[in-house]
Amino acid sequence: MDLLFSAIEILSRWDVFLALLTGSVGGVLIGAIPGVGPPVAIAILLPATFSMDPIVGLTVLLGVYGSSMYGGSIPAILINTPGTAVNALTTYDGFPMTSRGEARRALSLAYSSSFFGGIFSIICLIFFAPVLAKIAPLFGSREIFLAALLGLILVIVAHRGQALIAAALASLGMFINTVGLEPVKYTKRYTFDQSFLAGGIDLIVVVLGLFALSQAFILLQGEDKKLHIPRLQGSFFQGFKELSRHPRVAAVSATLGVVMGMIPGVGEFTAQFLSYTYAQRTSKRSEEFGKGAPEGIIAAETANNAVPAAAMIPLLALGIPGEALTAMMLSVFYVHNVVPGPQLFQNRMDFVVALYLSLLILNVMVLVFLLIATNQLIKVVKIPNRFLGVCVLTLSFVGVYSLRNSTTDCLIAAVFGLFGFILKRLSLPIVPVLLGMVLGGIMEVKLRSAMARVKTPFDFIDRPIAMALFTLIILVLLIHVRQLLKSRKELRQKNG
Amino acid sequence: MSADLEKNRGSLEIKRGHLIFALMFILLSISLLLQLEEQTKWVLKVKLAAQPRFWPAVSLVGMVLFTGLYILYLPQKKLVRADWLETRKWVQTIEFPLWFMIYVNLNPILGYLPSTLIFVPALIWRMGYRTPIMFKSGVAFSLVVVIVFKSFLDVKIPGGAVYEFFPDSVRNFFILNF
Repeated sequence: MDLLFSAIEILSRWDVFLALLTGSVGGVLIGAIPGVGPPVAIAILLPATFSMDPIVGLTVLLGVYGSSMYGGSIPAILINTPGTAVNALTTYDGFPMTSRGEARRALSLAYSSSFFGGIFSIICLIFFAPVLAKIAPLFGSREIFLAALLGLILVIVAHRGQALIAAALASLGMFINTVGLEPVKYTKRYTFDQSFLAGGIDLIVVVLGLFALSQAFILLQGEDKKLHIPRLQGSFFQGFKELSRHPRVAAVSATLGVVMGMIPGVGEFTAQFLSYTYAQRTSKRSEEFGKGAPEGIIAAETANNAVPAAAMIPLLALGIPGEALTAMMLSVFYVHNVVPGPQLFQNRMDFVVALYLSLLILNVMVLVFLLIATNQLIKVVKIPNRFLGVCVLTLSFVGVYSLRNSTTDCLIAAVFGLFGFILKRLSLPIVPVLLGMVLGGIMEVKLRSAMARVKTPFDFIDRPIAMALFTLIILVLLIHVRQLLKSRKELRQKNG
Repeated sequence: MSADLEKNRGSLEIKRGHLIFALMFILLSISLLLQLEEQTKWVLKVKLAAQPRFWPAVSLVGMVLFTGLYILYLPQKKLVRADWLETRKWVQTIEFPLWFMIYVNLNPILGYLPSTLIFVPALIWRMGYRTPIMFKSGVAFSLVVVIVFKSFLDVKIPGGAVYEFFPDSVRNFFILNF
C-alpha cells in the first residue's frame, strides 16, 4: 500500500498531469494523421524530453505510444488508410462498415475495444509486477545476453519472407553501435581518424534519420489525395454495449496482446493477426469477416492496444526493448540515469508502479477525449501529405540539432534518412537496424562480463534461466527452418 | 532459406531496385570488412569476446553473409530499366536532404525563428502549393513550432548571429525565446 501511495504522490504533480494530457491528446492526433505515426513523433520528441524529469519525459512518450493506436483507427475506419501501421487489420471491417453508413458504430467499437485491451494489459502488468520483481534479479549477464540474442533472433524471423535482409540490417545496426572508442581498452573502431566518429554514432541521430527524416522524404515525394470524410452524428457510447456481447473475442484478443507484447520482437502485428484469425475461425458468421464484422474490429483493436503495456515488461524488468518504440524509450531511461533492469524493480518500484498508473490514467483520458472530440479530430485526416512532409522535416531539425547543436549530426541523420527512404521504397524493414544497434550494445557488454566468469562454453548455460533461454533460441531457429522447408516443399508441389 | 526468398517473390515482382540496393549494400559491407585489421585493434592477453575487434567482425561478417544469401536467392538477378528508374527516384530524393541541410546551416546565421519562417514557406512553394491558405498555415506552423520548442520546452538551439546586431533589450529576448 505504501508503494501505491508513493506512486500516487509521484503522479500527483501538475507537470506529470500536463505530460499525460499532452502525450495522450498528442498521441491520438498523431495516430489519426496517416503517414506520421508514433515512431516519428517519439523520435522528434526524444531530445525535448531530456531536460524534463524522468517521470515527466517518460509519461509524454508513453502517452504518445499508448494513445496513437486509438487515433490510428479513425482514418482506418473512415478512409480505409490505417493511421499507424498496426491499425491495418482495422480497415478490413471498419471501412466496409463506413461504406454502409455505420462509421460511428465502427469508431465506437474501435474505441471501446482499444480501451478494454489497454486496461486489461495494465491490470495484467500490475499483477505481474511482484512476480517480475522476484524473477528479474535472477537475470545475470549471461541471461541478459541470451535474452537480447533471443530478442534479436525473434525480430529477424518475425519478418517472414524478409528474414535474410532483416538479419543483414540487424548486423548493420550492430556494426553502427561499434563505431567509435570501445569502452574497455579505449581503442578506436572504424573512426577513419575522424574526430566526429570518435564518440560513436548517436542512437537518436540514427533514429531520427531512419524514422522521421525518411518519412518526411516519403511524404514530400508522394502526392496529395482528395478525401471524403463522412459526417458523424450521435453518441459513441454504443460500442461498449456491443463489446459486452462478444466477451470471449475481447478476452482472448487482449490475452494474446499481452502475451505477444511481452515477447521481444513479436508485438502488435502478430497479436492482432492471431486474434483476428481466432475471432474469424470461432465465429458463427465467419463469412462476414472483411465485410464489416464487429468481431473483426474488436479482435484487431483489443489486441493491438494490449501490447504497449505488455511491451514495457521486458524493457523494465530486463532492460531489453522488444520493438522500435521501446528501444527509443530505453535511451530516455539512460539519459536520466534510470537504468531499466533487475535493479529498477529492487530499488525504484514506486517509479515502476507510477508508470503503470500513468498508463491507466492515460487510457481513461484518451477515451474521454475521443468521446468528446472525434468530430473535430477527424479534420486532421485531411492535412495534405506533402504539407505534412514539410512539417515533419521542420520538426526533425529540432530533434537532431537540439542534441548537440551539431551540423555533422544533422548530416548523419540526413544520410540515414535517405537510407531509410530507400528501405521504405523497397518495403524492407527498418526496425532491425534500430534493434541491432540497441541489442548489439547490450550483447557486447553482457557477453564480455559473462565470459569473464565462465571457463568452458557449457558453463554459460549451467543456470536454469540461461538454459531455458538457450533452449528457446534453438527452438525458435528450428521452427523457423522447419517453416522454410515446409513452404519450399509446398512451392515445389505447386510448381509440379 | 530459399523458401524465405520465394515468399519475397510476389512483392519483388512489383518493387524493383532490390538488386541494386543489395549490390550497393554488399559492396559497402565488403569494403568495411576489408578494413577490419586497419580500423580495429587486437589486444594481447584478452579473451576473444572482450577483443575490440570481435563485435565489428561479427557484425560485418553477418552483413556480408546475409546480404550475399539475399542476392543469391533474389528472383530477379538481371538489371532492367525499372531498376534504374527506381534508382533515379532515390537520386532525385537527395534534393530534400539538401533542403534540410540548407535549413540547418541557416539557423546559426539567421536564428531559429527567422530561418524557420523562410524555410517552411519556401519548401511549401517548392511542393507546388500556391494558395494563400497553405502559406498562412506554413507561417502559423513555423511560429507554433518555434514557440513550443524554444520558448516553452527550452530546447537547446542557440540564437542566430544576426541577433548580435539587434538592440540590447531585444537581443536577449530573441536569444532566449527565438
